[in-house]
Amino acid sequence: MPVLTYRQALNEALREEMNRDESVFCLGEEIGRFGGSYRVTEGLLDEFGPERILATPISELGIIGLATGAAMTGLRPVAEIMTINFIMVGMDQLVNNAAKIPYMFGGEAQVPIVVRTPSGAGHQLTAQHSQVLEVWFAYVPGMYVVAPSTPADAKGLLKTCIRDNNPILFVENVLLYNDKGEVPDGEHIVPLGKAAIRREGDDVTIVSYSRMVNVALQAADALADDGISAEVIDLRSLRPLDMDTVLASVRKTNHAMIVHEGWRKYGAGAEIAAQIQELAFDYLDHPVQRVTGAEVPLPYAQSLEAAALPQLEFVVDGARTMVGKR
Amino acid sequence: MTAATEQAADPDIATMYRDMVRIRVFEETVQGLFMQSLVSGTTHLAQGQEAVAVGVAHALRPDDYSTYTYRGHHHALARGLDLEAAFAELLGRATGINHGKGGSMHLTDARLGLYGSFAIVGAGLPVAVGLGRAAQLRQDGRISATFFGDGATNIGAFHEAMNLASVWKAPVLFVCENNLYGEYSPLRSTTPVEDLAIRASAYAMRAQIVDGNDVVAVYESAREAAALARVGEGPTFLEYKTYRHRGHSRSDPAKYRPEEEVKAWLARDPLTVARRRLMDAGSSNEAELDRIDGAIGVEVEAAVERAKSAPWPELSEVTTNVYA
Ligand SMILES: Cc1ncc(C[n+]2csc(CCOP(=O)(O)OP(=O)(O)O)c2C)c(N)n1
Ligand SMILES: [Mg+2]
Repeated sequence: MPVLTYRQALNEALREEMNRDESVFCLGEEIGRFGGSYRVTEGLLDEFGPERILATPISELGIIGLATGAAMTGLRPVAEIMTINFIMVGMDQLVNNAAKIPYMFGGEAQVPIVVRTPSGAGHQLTAQHSQVLEVWFAYVPGMYVVAPSTPADAKGLLKTCIRDNNPILFVENVLLYNDKGEVPDGEHIVPLGKAAIRREGDDVTIVSYSRMVNVALQAADALADDGISAEVIDLRSLRPLDMDTVLASVRKTNHAMIVHEGWRKYGAGAEIAAQIQELAFDYLDHPVQRVTGAEVPLPYAQSLEAAALPQLEFVVDGARTMVGKR
Repeated sequence: MTAATEQAADPDIATMYRDMVRIRVFEETVQGLFMQSLVSGTTHLAQGQEAVAVGVAHALRPDDYSTYTYRGHHHALARGLDLEAAFAELLGRATGINHGKGGSMHLTDARLGLYGSFAIVGAGLPVAVGLGRAAQLRQDGRISATFFGDGATNIGAFHEAMNLASVWKAPVLFVCENNLYGEYSPLRSTTPVEDLAIRASAYAMRAQIVDGNDVVAVYESAREAAALARVGEGPTFLEYKTYRHRGHSRSDPAKYRPEEEVKAWLARDPLTVARRRLMDAGSSNEAELDRIDGAIGVEVEAAVERAKSAPWPELSEVTTNVYA
């Protein structure tokens, strides 16, 4: 199987879908000649031309609104927002319009748009360029929020999302673009709303998504050295949320931990923990644990930024404490 | 008393030249520090745009307000930000003006009326209207200046801020640094007008188009706009045509710009233009100006060395200044 980076996998998905379906087009800032801030659309301008690879002015509200309008006529826009921090400028179009239209118009129109954007910190880009905001969108009925952690899923999920008829926020991660992995050639589809078990285990369930799945897997390695067997679940999608997979695992391990980069309060972990206690309370041997980013805007200095982000040790120590091997 | 007589005496060109050189040397030093990974994250440098910052700063009172962007070192320094505190911030030290929390994109010193440096395109404009509105309510004669790029005139916040300021005659200078590019895109590929000052007419706002590489022209235009704002005549849109010598950020080599264009603008370097003015007026000569450059080089070098020996922030700093 070919080995691609996360970035190349996304690029391949876009190319294949644009070749397969003429109604697919891309729009966003610097996505043309320059190939996008994280070079995901590289080469597509030459292949598909400026009508279908539409480089826009700095106008996030315009980008998402335009995509919404075009989508209602049956086109399939894939909008790129340079980073999730800038999506707030266009949030009104996504939340008030795209997510509401199918329902509010009683089924008169559908809005098949994909808004791709990277989330996350790690480059010392500070408070306005390091946020993890996807959970806000996962709160909204009518929105899909998808967040692949591997190159194979990046391709397979993006293809699925482009073919889906709903408004979808497709969350990439700034630190994943160079990650490499095997990616199936050609038609490769990953179903929406289906979590993946990345590692099987019996003692503790670690639930995560996006970049933090890698941290969870490293933690599972470290825990194995202590004789603790961790099961790692990659949600892949926050809405729909595959609680069946999570619950089946928790019923087996009796210990649940959620690991995510975003803030703790009202974060994804809060929803998942609530559902675990609602649906698997009797199986729990310990309160559900959360390992998350600190409740602060992201600072600049390297040591401060690191201290604001969830670290591998927190996951390892938390799991040890929970299963009583500390 | 007219507004003009309230102004301090006009600065001499030599002072403005010195301020520009200080910024130039600062930015070149930052570039070097970035290459050595002593400064991390990102930087958006302003070599070539010094005249806009310095000319406008000299037209402001020390208690006036400004807002600016991720490309903002020059604006903070022109208003008097301490060199060492600026370097220490970029180096992520405890003594940084923002305690190592803001970095390059957020250099802000409230004691100088800087309210502040924002990294979302367009974000500083409505804030500047608020600063101007506060001055109106207090009747303290202050004004605010908001600095932004050509690209920012395509975002909604720009249009809302322009309208708000105009309808309430808020004392705001809308200072557009038209450096012809937003990131890697030439203005003409994203914007249907070449002169952005045209956009002011939709808000019935006064506008001027000025050579942004001539610090004297910048100063004079800003002084006039400031005087009008102070006497209740409302905002002015100031479009300064300028050019960044370097890439958009970090190590962008700026290959997307035609060589001829770069050459033509480098020949109109604001430092060269100011030197020529000083020499043509007979008020200075090559040797004296070179001496000034050398002295500023020493001053900046000393500041960066002091900043480099400053302590790193305590980890407890992570949770300070967040109240909810
Ligand atoms: C809302 C928003 N969208 C996109 C960006 C990314 N971005 C940072 S600077 C920039 C270009 C701005 O160009 P211009 O306004 O001309 O200012 P210049 O950088 O030339 O000084 C872009 C697109 C951002 N920071 N905020
Ligand atoms: Mg510009």
